[in-house]
Amino acid sequence: MTARELVFATLRRSLGVSGTEAPRRAAVAARLAGHPRGVVPARGQLPPQQRLDLFARMVEAAAGTIERAASAADVPVAVAALLRGLNLPMRVRHGDDPRLAALPWQSAPALEILRGPSDGHDLAAVSHASAAVAETGTLVLTSGPDNPTTLNFLPDVHIVVVDAADIASDFETVMARLRERYGTGTMPRTVNMITGPSRSADIEQTLLLGAHGPRKLHVIVVGDP
Amino acid sequence: MTLASHIATSPRFKDNAKAALADPDLQNALKFVEVNFIARRREVAERLPEFEALRDSARDIKDHTLAYLDLYLEAYEERLTAQGGRLHYAVSADDARRIILDICRDAGARTVTKGKSMVAEEIGLNDFLEGNGVTPVETDLGEYIIQLRHELPSHIIAPAVHLTKAQVEDDFRRVHTHLAPDRNLAEPTSLLAEARGVLREKFLAADVGITGANFLVAETGTSVIVTNEGNGDLTQTLPKVHIVLASLEKLVPTLEDLAQLLRVLARSATGQEMSVYTTLSTGPRRADDPDGPGAYHVVLLDNGRSSMIGGEFRDMLRCIRCGACMNHCPVYHAVGGHAYGWVYPGPMGAVLTPSLIGIDKAGHLPNASTFCGRCEDVCPVRIPLPRMMRSWREREFERHLSPATVRGGLAAWAFFAKRPRLYGLAAAMAARVLHWAGAARGRFSWLPLASGWTRYRDFPAPQGETFQSRWKHRNDRPRPGSPP
Repeated sequence: MTARELVFATLRRSLGVSGTEAPRRAAVAARLAGHPRGVVPARGQLPPQQRLDLFARMVEAAAGTIERAASAADVPVAVAALLRGLNLPMRVRHGDDPRLAALPWQSAPALEILRGPSDGHDLAAVSHASAAVAETGTLVLTSGPDNPTTLNFLPDVHIVVVDAADIASDFETVMARLRERYGTGTMPRTVNMITGPSRSADIEQTLLLGAHGPRKLHVIVVGDP
Repeated sequence: MTLASHIATSPRFKDNAKAALADPDLQNALKFVEVNFIARRREVAERLPEFEALRDSARDIKDHTLAYLDLYLEAYEERLTAQGGRLHYAVSADDARRIILDICRDAGARTVTKGKSMVAEEIGLNDFLEGNGVTPVETDLGEYIIQLRHELPSHIIAPAVHLTKAQVEDDFRRVHTHLAPDRNLAEPTSLLAEARGVLREKFLAADVGITGANFLVAETGTSVIVTNEGNGDLTQTLPKVHIVLASLEKLVPTLEDLAQLLRVLARSATGQEMSVYTTLSTGPRRADDPDGPGAYHVVLLDNGRSSMIGGEFRDMLRCIRCGACMNHCPVYHAVGGHAYGWVYPGPMGAVLTPSLIGIDKAGHLPNASTFCGRCEDVCPVRIPLPRMMRSWREREFERHLSPATVRGGLAAWAFFAKRPRLYGLAAAMAARVLHWAGAARGRFSWLPLASGWTRYRDFPAPQGETFQSRWKHRNDRPRPGSPP
């Protein structure tokens, strides 16, 4: 008997089932296909402008910083201003996301742009979120050449651009969008849900930012909700 | 040296507890648990009106999944495999260790980085890997500190909660020999910076990364980790192989179910709305991915859980390892996690440990409770922890594992309790005798057969009557205001 067979046999003996019962199989199939929503907090169920305000408050409550850009064209200047304010070298890395590649980076001529995944020696990176959740101030990033996962964790400063229209009320909305984008039952290698910069409270429960991931998380919300 | 730290000292709970109470460093460190965790959880729970409804929802999801676990497991396996992942079943801790070692050897691994995993502690993975020529490096700050000290975690989400910053500084100076003696490490920020620097090199050099999983999603074949530091993400993104070590009961049906559980997890654990990083991983890197591991293995540990699901401790398998029960436990506040003697401390450990290592070894743990009920009050999946500790006490008694004095005392009590008139008579007599004997001082500093009580505090002398006789007299008298 293989380990797999042994685990299933013990499990089914304990549950008093054979595994072939049609009603059980139907119940599981229905749950997986219907993926019912449970309790969704009222907190995020707001009209677009108030939803954006809630998102901003929650990002700040999680020790992130946030600003708005009227249009995507304003992002390069905002990135340069941020790095200058932090006294960091004028260098930033991003992936192949067409929305980032199309930005007028020449509008911030001092800024050097690097492309591709990080090898751990970058101080700042820019990613484009695929969605955000107002309920908790959470950013949702998906892996791939557009936004390499290493950019989310290795640099000291992580700048995340998100379209105002992509800020959802709740997690359930984001889950539905993932299903729509990747197909039912299919996911990218990694979905990162990020709420604030990295931290640890492991020493005397004193909260410290920048444990292994970025010390600073800066969100730029583009456009109107 | 390292092996000794993983042999259960649960049978010596009483000695462990005594030593813990006498340890000034530990008592200093434990003060923070009671103050911080409780207040933070309360605040964040009060901010979310739906929190109690979410706890019901979380409980129902876990109950549903357990009832259909065989079928959700099949669905999970199908989705995981379809997306390039490999699933390994481990019946025992030994199986899991060997499977992981084989994967490491196939990858030619010399060092592996590790995210925090209680299941890895359960199977004693670090010592096993180290004994077989693979160096494990813990990357969660708390786990890293206790690895330097060759200790077990003392808390399931805050492994080094038993230490003061001065102790951590001493350990860093002992192990990080590159540190200049005049380098200031007095503040937690400087300790963190030092750990970040050392571990960053380890992340980049590791051949294999091992993480646990907070949840497995059947609908998509996904594993989920929830962390604050980002160490788990570096662990699973940078090496060429990612191994997930998870136990059977981590399964949930769908992404929507995951959302429900995430809403109660961080709030119950650290009092955050969300932990910083919630990461969903599915399979290895895709053909056009520029980063991520080339191989993705999930080692699924049973270790008795498939049997447990059929017994009276099934509800324990709902546990999502948030630590709220220990954060609110007066016994944990007093003695800390190491006194429990194995991997899982506090109320959840008092119920789970006997299932995993046997009631003969862990019999003291379900007895280390005042039954105050706070653990059940705060449990996000509403596990009836006090009731289950009582069940363990009953089993211990039935199996004649409790000491003769306890058994004798309980037998004598049962004799009287089954004979109410005799009980009343004996109690009345005892109350009168003790009233007479203690009249002078109103209390006893020593009583025969009650030294367990009087060694630590005085026993108040009874007033001369039993409660029942007082009640009877009270009800015999006409009540004021009632018709004559």
